[in-house]
Amino acid sequence: MEKAISVEHLAYAYPGVEDTPDIVVFEDLSLQIEQGSFVAVLGGNGCGKSTLAKHFNSILLPCGGKVYVYGMDTSDEEKLMQVRRCTGMVFQNPDNQIVANVVEEDVAFGPENLGIASPEIRNRVDRALKQVGMYEYREHAPHLLSGGQKQRVAIAGVIAMEPKCIVLDEPTAMLDPRGRKEVMQTVTKLNAEKGITVVLITHHMEEAAQAQRVVVLHQGKIEADGTPQEVFSQVELLHKIGLAAPDTVELCWELNKHGFNLPLSALDPDDCAQILLRFLEGLTRREEENWHLF
Amino acid sequence: MLKDVTLGQFFPGKSLIHRLDPRTKLLILIGYIVALFLAVSWLSYGVVFVFLVSCIAISRIPVKSFFRGMKPLIFILVFTGILNIFFTQGETVLVQFWKITVTLEGLIRAFFMVFRIMLLITGTFLLTYTTSPIALTDGLESLLSPLKKIKLPVHELSMMMCIALRFIPTLIEETDKIMSAQKARGADFESGKLMQRVKALVPILVPLFISAFRRADELATAMECRCYHGGDGRTKMKLLRMRSFDYYSFLVSAAMIAGVCVLRHFGL
Repeated sequence: MEKAISVEHLAYAYPGVEDTPDIVVFEDLSLQIEQGSFVAVLGGNGCGKSTLAKHFNSILLPCGGKVYVYGMDTSDEEKLMQVRRCTGMVFQNPDNQIVANVVEEDVAFGPENLGIASPEIRNRVDRALKQVGMYEYREHAPHLLSGGQKQRVAIAGVIAMEPKCIVLDEPTAMLDPRGRKEVMQTVTKLNAEKGITVVLITHHMEEAAQAQRVVVLHQGKIEADGTPQEVFSQVELLHKIGLAAPDTVELCWELNKHGFNLPLSALDPDDCAQILLRFLEGLTRREEENWHLF
Repeated sequence: MLKDVTLGQFFPGKSLIHRLDPRTKLLILIGYIVALFLAVSWLSYGVVFVFLVSCIAISRIPVKSFFRGMKPLIFILVFTGILNIFFTQGETVLVQFWKITVTLEGLIRAFFMVFRIMLLITGTFLLTYTTSPIALTDGLESLLSPLKKIKLPVHELSMMMCIALRFIPTLIEETDKIMSAQKARGADFESGKLMQRVKALVPILVPLFISAFRRADELATAMECRCYHGGDGRTKMKLLRMRSFDYYSFLVSAAMIAGVCVLRHFGL
């Protein structure tokens, strides 16, 4: 399978100001992200999530090691535009990434920079706005939209450039639950329908649980990597690095501490209810059997 | 309260004036201002006035909004009027007391001056009312593009204008928030002498500037991520195109300006 992003022995340190020492973020980090996958990068504050994201489209360049985006070295200046064309980036604050004062003009900003012909830009803008469900708002002013809508406009602005991969750096951090849901639905839809690789950087467990793969970062190192079930069942590890598993897993884990023996694979309330129901049924059946014995 | 501030208020519409190319409107406005300053007589003012009124009628923008826009400028209008009434020398004396004389010439002159300023303002309002800020910046960029040859950063200027317009509401909202936050901590903006009030603004401006710089930094990163690399090789989604109606408008305006010139030549 084609590698969308491949990080090889990445080292990075923010240069210190005057006498303060450099702040080392990564010493030796390796990570492969497959084309078409949906990967969540999870970690507490200051673990290097955003720094890692900024390496994916040459905003930051590695101090050591290499980052390849679709086989292109991100530190190769000649390929800069191509790298950025392949990986779009959505940031936390939607207000600070919208350039124009009309929605459709903002979505057109990326394609305009790429020098695409006008009729084709029009097509792309309409298509992108329809994909995020903001087509009816194309002539609105961005500052009158809700947070979730603004963030969807920002996503449309990125997909209008037709990237193969989208990196979202805590896109829902400033949104209310509804906006968060809107954005997550949009992102999962793009991944499922258009086959766009999604790298979601977040500290919300429930969001990470929607991904196909979860990578847990802590102090610049990968602590866990695998499917959401695999990662979230390591509850002790998550607690040790200051994170928590999704509430449903936490519930089962707490119950297990009291002598239950529940699987830690429930990532949403329905699953959790099923597990508990099955467990209770088993319990009653056993009781009935015990009854027969007497 | 600060949200009510509107700048370059634009009334969306579909009238002929709205659909004119922004470059046409800009050029006609310049021509109109020239004509206004060439006008010297009742007749020539009349020509300009009729031109403006018919433009307003075509644009279907309520006349009330023009008067509302003129409110903040009443002081200048009154001041100009009074100065011209009292300081114009003339023969037909109407009123005379102490050292002040009011002449008929003074009155007429004052009327013309005030009328001229009003026409000037209304004309510019008509442009901003019927043209979206983006169209306006696009038009300006296109009109000024010959200046690129002398290394004037035309694209950068229009980009800056566009971003400034985009961030005005955001920053106003932010100012509102900071003000509330400072008020919640006991800041007082409404009382005290002028100096005290000015000093009270400092705790608003400092956080506002800091956050504006942070915003600028984030915006720059976001723009870079979207492949922004200056104006070279950049295309536009909406191309400006002159249609036949634009040329007719030029003809009508040229006729108006020519008319005023001819009238001036004959001293009318």
